[in-house]
Amino acid sequence: MQVRTVEIWVGLFVATGFAALFLLAMQVSNLTTVTAGSSYLVKARFENIAGLKVRAPVTVAGVTVGRVTDISYDSDTYQAVVSMRIGSQYDKLPDDTSASVLTSGLVGEKYVGLEPGGDTEMLKNGSVIKLTQSSLVLENLIGKFLFNKASGGGK
Amino acid sequence: MAGKALRGFFERLGNQVTSGVWQLGFAARFFGYMLLHSGTALRRFSLTIREIYFSGVLSLIIILVSGLFVGMVLGLQGYHTLERYGSSEALGVLVALSLVRELGPVVAGLLFASRAGSAITAEIGLMKATEQLSGMEMMAVDPIKRVLAPRFLGGVISMPLLAAIFSIVGIYGGYFVGVGLLGVDQGSYWSQMQSMVDFHDDVLNGIIKSVVFGIVATWIAVFEGYDAVPTSEGVSRATTRTVVHTSLAVLGLDFVLTALMYGVS
Repeated sequence: MQVRTVEIWVGLFVATGFAALFLLAMQVSNLTTVTAGSSYLVKARFENIAGLKVRAPVTVAGVTVGRVTDISYDSDTYQAVVSMRIGSQYDKLPDDTSASVLTSGLVGEKYVGLEPGGDTEMLKNGSVIKLTQSSLVLENLIGKFLFNKASGGGK
Repeated sequence: MAGKALRGFFERLGNQVTSGVWQLGFAARFFGYMLLHSGTALRRFSLTIREIYFSGVLSLIIILVSGLFVGMVLGLQGYHTLERYGSSEALGVLVALSLVRELGPVVAGLLFASRAGSAITAEIGLMKATEQLSGMEMMAVDPIKRVLAPRFLGGVISMPLLAAIFSIVGIYGGYFVGVGLLGVDQGSYWSQMQSMVDFHDDVLNGIIKSVVFGIVATWIAVFEGYDAVPTSEGVSRATTRTVVHTSLAVLGLDFVLTALMYGVS
C-alpha cells in the first residue's frame, strides 16, 4: 500500500514534468511554426539589410508566411543575398512580388515584408525576387534630414 | 623562530593542496564508479522510484511556489522597465527567455541543492555514522549499488523535470501579473514569446543546463555524504559543504555553459 502511494506520486510528478517540457516546446517556443509542413525557397538581393537576422519572419500583409533561413554577401554585386523559406500553402505569390526589410515598431525586430505584384507567373522554389527595398538605416535618415535642414537654412 | 613559523605555514598549505587534489581525484573515481552502477539501479527501479519521490516529489512544493513568485516578480519588474520604452508587449519574451535560459535551471538547481541535496548528504552521512554502510558491506551488499546509485539516479532524473516545471509555472506567473493585473495584451504576450523563443537555442539549451546541474548537484550531495566524517559534527559539516559547493558549482558551471552555448566573443 505504502509503496503504491509512492509510485503514484512519482508517476504524477514525472507526468507533470513531461507536461511542462511539452508546454515549453509547443506553447513557449517556435517549434510549431518552424517545422510545420513543407516549404519552398526564395531568394532576394538587397542593397542593405542592416539588422535583419536569420529566422526573422517573412510576412505578407502582416501575416507570417515564412522565415529567413540564410543571409550571405555577394562580393561581385556588393549585395546581401537573403534566402527565405515560405510555407507551401502560400504558393500564390506573383513572380513580380517585391520584398522590403521593415521594422516592427520603432526599436523592434527587422522582418521581410512581401508585397504581391500583378504577374500571372507565380514564385516557385529557387525563384529570385527582383524588386527589393533596403532596410531603413536611421543614421542615414538623420544625416539626410540634417543636410536638408542646413541647405534650407541658407535661403 | 620566524623560519619555523614559515615552514609550518608552507607545510600546512602544501598539506591542504594535496588533500584537496586527493579529494577531487577520489570524487572523480567515485563518480565513475557510480555511473557504472547506475545501470544496476535502473534494473532495480523500485529503489530509484523511492528516491525520485524523496528528491523530486517532495521538492515540488518549493519549486512551484518559488517559480510562481519569480515569474510574477519578472512580470512586474519587466513591465515597468519595458513600458518606459513603449514595448510592454515584449513582456512575454523577457519572462520566457530569462526563465528558460537562466533562472529555471539555476534557481531550480539551487533550491534542489538545499532541499534535496542536503537531505541526501545527511541521510548517507548518518548511515555511515551509525555504521549501516559497513553493516551492508559485512552482508556482502555493495552500499554504492544499494544506497548511493539509486539516490544519484533519482536526483538526476528529478532535476530536469523540476527545472521545466519551474520555468512553466514562472511563465504563467508572469502571465498572471502582466496580462491579468497590468493589462498587457494577451495575444502579444504569447505570440511574441513564440516568435522569439527558439526551441534549439533556448529551450533545449536550458534542458541541457538542468541535466548538467542535476548530475553535479546529486554527485556532490552523494559524495559529501559518503565522504563525511562519521560523527554528528562531521555530518553537519558535510551537509553545509553540500549546499555551499553545489551552489558555487551551479553558478560557476552556468557561466561556462552559457559561454559555450551563446559564445563570449
